[in-house]
Parts: sequence; structure tokens; C-alpha cells
Amino acid sequence: MNTDLAQSNVNESGEMITADGVPLRISLLRAKKRARNRALLLVAPLFLFILVTFFIPIISMLFRSVENQVVGDVLHRTVPLLQQWDEHGSDLPNEEIYAALAEDFKEAFENKSAGSVGRRLNYEQSGFSGLFRSTNRKARKLEPPFKEALIKVDKDWGDIDVWRVLKRESGSYTLSYYLAALDSSYTPTGEVYKNDASNSIYLPLFWRTLWMSLLITVLCLILAYPISYLLSTLPIKTSNLLMILVLLPFWTSLLVRTSAWIALLQKEGVINDLLVAIRFIGDDQRLTMIHNATGTIVAMTHVLLPFMVLPLYSVMKTIPPSYMRAARSLGATPFTAFVRIYMPNTVPGIGAGAILVFIISIGYYITPALVGGQSGTLISNFIAYHLSSSLNWGLAAALGTILLGAVMVLYIVYDKIVGIDNMKMG
Amino acid sequence: MALPLHATTGEKIWYYVYRAICGLIFFFLIAPIVVVIPLSFNAVPFFTFTPEMLAFDPAGYSLKWYQEFFGSLNWQGAVKNSFILAVFSTLIATVLGTIAALGLSRAEMPAKTLIMGILISPMVVPIIIAAAGMFFFYSDIGLASTHFGVILAHAALGTPFVVITVTATLVGFDHSLTRAAAMLGATPTRTFFKIIVPLILPGVISGALFAFVTSFDEVVVVRFVGSYQQRTIPWAMFSGLREQISPTILAVATLLVLLSILMLTTVELLRRRNDRIRGITN
Repeated sequence: MNTDLAQSNVNESGEMITADGVPLRISLLRAKKRARNRALLLVAPLFLFILVTFFIPIISMLFRSVENQVVGDVLHRTVPLLQQWDEHGSDLPNEEIYAALAEDFKEAFENKSAGSVGRRLNYEQSGFSGLFRSTNRKARKLEPPFKEALIKVDKDWGDIDVWRVLKRESGSYTLSYYLAALDSSYTPTGEVYKNDASNSIYLPLFWRTLWMSLLITVLCLILAYPISYLLSTLPIKTSNLLMILVLLPFWTSLLVRTSAWIALLQKEGVINDLLVAIRFIGDDQRLTMIHNATGTIVAMTHVLLPFMVLPLYSVMKTIPPSYMRAARSLGATPFTAFVRIYMPNTVPGIGAGAILVFIISIGYYITPALVGGQSGTLISNFIAYHLSSSLNWGLAAALGTILLGAVMVLYIVYDKIVGIDNMKMG
Repeated sequence: MALPLHATTGEKIWYYVYRAICGLIFFFLIAPIVVVIPLSFNAVPFFTFTPEMLAFDPAGYSLKWYQEFFGSLNWQGAVKNSFILAVFSTLIATVLGTIAALGLSRAEMPAKTLIMGILISPMVVPIIIAAAGMFFFYSDIGLASTHFGVILAHAALGTPFVVITVTATLVGFDHSLTRAAAMLGATPTRTFFKIIVPLILPGVISGALFAFVTSFDEVVVVRFVGSYQQRTIPWAMFSGLREQISPTILAVATLLVLLSILMLTTVELLRRRNDRIRGITN
């Protein structure tokens, strides 16, 4: 390097400087910062878009699983006074609290808001809906002394357990939806207990969702492994042709595949007709293969199989055939070579495919809703039911949060094993 | 993987058994899709083959389910909605996703994995949870039961596919090309449209196709965020399968299979073109 030039690029303190006199170190940092900001600026629009259209809705929905403003808002006189009442004692609240309740009911009657509190508390203990409805009807006619008047309207106001539940659920936040989602309840005095087996709905449902997803994952793996191996070892022309058989289902609408399975599996469907035609079963012995767990498992295995084949295939493509030949030449039988040499090399593909299929299947909704019947529905279907039929949105949100938590854990595991940036499509 | 000449009898047997097993699995994959096609020409309203159909008697076949599909306002509205929602949500998803992918593939991008993880999560979050959240939020801000609301929702669901495919295209991208363009006097805009876009176009188009299919095939969000006015083809199929099962659904399914063959071909051609541009030839 020319020494004169090098000399001119150094300032008094011995630092390298750029042409405009700024030390090189600072100039470089600035350039780096500018480049980083430019990169961030490119990502920002999508980030904000996803935040507003996707994340904020989900987070605010999850918030509904603990949200409990309605009781304190409507009974805004009663609730603060209730804090002084001792729910562990055996005395009913005093006249002051009953008077506040009567006032609250009069206001609620004007605003037509008593029903919403009744509905909310009815999730805790049935009877609250009726209690609030009957009290609401007579709200305007309540006269002091309010304690007697209210108990006369509905004797439940003289039941200390009713007051205990009211006090427990008077806060702005509640855990009772999570308790319900985990098949537990409160005793009137506030201890948590697990419901007996006949009243358990959601824990068995979570278990069913887990084992069915696991079974579907295993079935997909068993079916995907041989064909991925075949595809990766055939000459490229043939394997491209056969790949169409994997990719066509992948690109075909889910509804098409589900209706196809209905046509195949139903009682008067193609498979039953075929079995009857070959006299394998009698006409009165048609198999029930749909609207139960079997239907869900068969249809979902079919739907998710391409998600297992594609990662397996891409890993198997990279395993050099010379490994197997080396093992054979060292004396391994074909079986030993396959199990000891080939299979361990496919583990990344197995991991990627299995987690992907498992993640998709534990949150699956459409196929189980159409072919699942009673025994083949999954947790998603119950969330949908609580959203659109029972309207118990808090419970739907609690079930959704638990499901989302499970999926997020799996997503992180997937990232650790496969790396999100290695995800490929098609 | 042809059978070597020195194969033992056992190896020969295994070779054919293995091929047969693979054949059955491929049959399992493709049979349900193929079976829909002849069933859609059924003359009677059943979801199965009638004896007339099996005897290839022309009387067993008819086009009436297709006539019903093309003649029904319900289905025509669904077709129109499906295309409107899918086209606009694809546009949004493709533009935002491509720009973000360009940022993500820069070496200077901080916290790349975390941001990528967040941007891809709409693909992973169970659809019912997304639908539930959007159901409440979009009604609160007055976007429920509007085309615009469903378009935004579908665009959010489609962006991960665009991000993934475009980022994958950019992995082999030679950044000296943009520097060369800049050195030759091109403005950043000109460089973008003349150098970057043509090179990443295959990735952008296949990402857009994925986003299109995501919207076109989506039922859950549209049922929660939209109303009958936003009904799409899958929506109509979903209700049809739950209420009265009519072979019209199979006629629609057949048309959708044709559409998916078209898309598959496009993506496959694009993938090959992309490999060729980047010098990976089979």
C-alpha cells in the first residue's frame, strides 16, 4: 500500500478516517445502523399488519378467559360492601348489603343488565340465571327492609352459599373458566375440587385430542416412510411423476378431500357397497366407518400425509447411496444396513414431519366437524361449539388458551429441531 | 433402484412386496380424489356408484348436478365471493410478504429467527383460535360481516407462505448483482424492478399461489368473521355436507380438483424455472 495515502487516512489520535474526516470506526457503525434500520423498515409493514389483524385479536380473545368485569360493573354498590362481609362465617350479609343489592337491581332493571350477570354466575352454579330473572322482575317493587323483601322474592337470597359464590366471582378477574376447562369446580367455601368422572368433559377431550393426533402422526409416518424412500431412490423422471400423486392431494381443497371420504366411508358409500358386492359382509352388516373416531383418523391421515412425505423426501434425497453400499461391503445384511445406517440419517426428516403433522392435527377443526360425529371430535370443535352455540365465550377462550399454549410449545420444539427458516413449501 | 442381477430369491420377493406396498399407499392418496369425479355424474342423488353406472349405462350418468351448480344463485354468489376474497387477500399478502422477505434476507437484519417466528405463526396457530379472536375483534371495530374484514383476515393467514417461499428464493440470491446495478447508475427503484423482481418472481408467484389457495380453501375464519353475504365455495360445501348432502357438492369438488391440477402444474413449472435460473438443473 502507498504509505502516503495510508498516512492521510489517519487522524491525530491515530484513528483511521474516511474521506469526509469522520473516524472510520464511527462511519462504519453508522453505515451498519443504517443498513439495520433499512432491513427493519422493510419488515415493519408486515409486522404491523400481522399485529393488528392477527395478534391483537387473539390476545384480546385470550383475555376473555380471565375477564370478569360484568359482575362488579352491574352490582357496583353491592360488590365493594361485600368485601367486608366474612364469607367463612355462618351469618348472612347485613341489611346494608341487601339494600345496596336492591338499589343495584333497580338500576340494572333500567339498563336491562341483570340478565348478563345472571348468565355469568350461572356458569358457577346453576340457578343464578333464574334467581336474577325473578329478582329483576320485582326490582321496582322492593321496599325496606330489603333483607326480608329480597328473601321473599326469592328464598335463594337467604342461602349463604349464593352469597359466597357472588363474593368469590365479584372481582374483575376470575380463574373459574380455567377450572371449568380442567374439569374442576369450587366448593361454596372456595376450595377447588376435581369433578367426578361422569362430569368430566374437557380433560378426556384433551386426552382424546392428544392420542388421536399422536395416532395420526404415527400412521402418517408409517405410510410416508416407504413412499418417500421409493421417491428418493427412483430415477428423477419417474419420481417426479409419482410425486404428482403426493402433491395433487396437497393442492386439492380440504373440503373436496373430506367430501370424498364421506362418499367412500358412509353406510351407503363406496367401500360398504364394495364389501357387500364381494359378499365380504351382508347388506345388514354395513360397517360404521364415519361420524366416529375411525372417520376422523382415516380422513385426517389422508389429509396430512403429504405434510409427512415432503420433509422426509427432502431429507432422504440428501443421504448418499454410498453409505448403504459401504455398510453392505463391510458385511451388513440389507436389513442391518437399513436400520443401523439409513434410518438414523432420516431422523431429522422424521422429526420435522412428525412435529408438523402433530401441530396441525391437535388444532384441527374442519374434518372432525364433518366426519367426527360424537367420538371423533377434537378440542377445536368444542371451542367452536362454545363460541357459536353455548355462547360461553370465557370457557371457549380458556380452552383456546390451553390449546394455543400446547401448540406454541411444539412450535418452539420444531424451531429447535428443524429451524423455522428451514421450513419449505411444495 | 432397479433389482440387481445377483439378487437372491428373498430379495426379489421383498422387492415386489415393497413395490406393492408403495402402490397401495399411492392408491390411498389418490383414490379418494379420483373417485369423486365419476360420482359427480351420478343420475341419482346418492354419494355412491349405482348399478347403472357400473354397467356404463348412459342412463346412469347425467350432468344435472353441474346444471344445478351453474344455475344456482347460492353457488354463483359463492364462486364470485371466493374469487374476490382470494384475489384481494392474495394481493395484500404478496406485497407485504415479499417486502418483509427482502428485509429478512438481509445480513444486517437483527433478531432474524424471532421475527421470522412471529411472522410465520399465523400458519401454526390453530385456525379456530384465530377465527375466535377475529370474530370478537372484527365485530368490535365494525369489520365483521364485511368483505374487507374477511380480506384482511385471509391476508394475515396467507402472508407466512409468501414470506417462506420468497425467503427461500433469496437464499441463493447474489447480492453483488444489486451492487453492480447501483454502480452502473441505477436508482434503488430501478434496481428493484429490473434486477431483484425478475430473479425472485418465481418465488413470489408460488407464494402468491399458496396465499390464494389458503384463502380459497378457508372455511373457519370466513364463517366466524363473515356472514352469508361473504359465503365462499368451501363455506357452501361445508354447510351442504352438514345439512343436505347433494351430489352438487361432488360436481363442485370435481371442478376444484381441475383447478388444483392447474395450480400444481403452475407451481411445478415455476419451481423448475427457478432452479434453472439459479443453475440447479435436474
